[in-house]
Amino acid sequence: MLHIVNKSPFDTNALAGVLRVAKKDGAALLLIEDGVYAATKNSATEASLKAAGMPVYVLQPDVDARGLQSRLMDGVNMVDYGGFVDLVAGHDNVQSWL
Amino acid sequence: MSDDMDFEEGGAVKKFMFVNRKAPYGTIYALEGLEVVLISAAFDQDVSLAFLDDGVFQLVKGQKTDGVEMKNFSPTYRALEGYDIEKLYVERESLEARGLSEEDLLVDVQVMSAAEMGDMMAQQDVVISF
Repeated sequence: MLHIVNKSPFDTNALAGVLRVAKKDGAALLLIEDGVYAATKNSATEASLKAAGMPVYVLQPDVDARGLQSRLMDGVNMVDYGGFVDLVAGHDNVQSWL
Repeated sequence: MSDDMDFEEGGAVKKFMFVNRKAPYGTIYALEGLEVVLISAAFDQDVSLAFLDDGVFQLVKGQKTDGVEMKNFSPTYRALEGYDIEKLYVERESLEARGLSEEDLLVDVQVMSAAEMGDMMAQQDVVISF
């Protein structure tokens, strides 16, 4: 399962929902739009993402738009739109946490 | 009503605060709020901007929006000075929760505690939220 979060973790509990509920085997987390703020270095959400137990991806155009290029925590993988498609195609299912 | 009349006559200057609590690109609030701030500059009022919660993300340096095909409106915050809007207040707790500091911001601001921000809000005649 590919889990997609597009809201700021400071604004909604979508990310918290993934981290609390999602089965970790074979799963991945993709942060897009305001979801990418969760991967900001030294933020209140950094520790919870590090403990996610699944690979974490962030969408580069959304990271760049928000000025976070040099402010991302270690251990997250940057993907472009093509990488987004590859992630969707590479998982059996996709769940968007709105 | 009499207050409104004072405003029409241009006699009374009121304290207006625009409170920004949304990140810049996920919703239209930040851009729309900024437009209203620029319009307000025409009325010669005592205008201030407050940034708290995700609103602090509006001021982060290095925004590059080519990849998402949206307007990068962040340089506009630096132009506010030219409209005599120089009171930009940022809540320290909001910055810290997001791993940010004053050095990460693209414009000179006054960083203050939540309590100080509350005091500042309480002093306003009009508070407008975005």
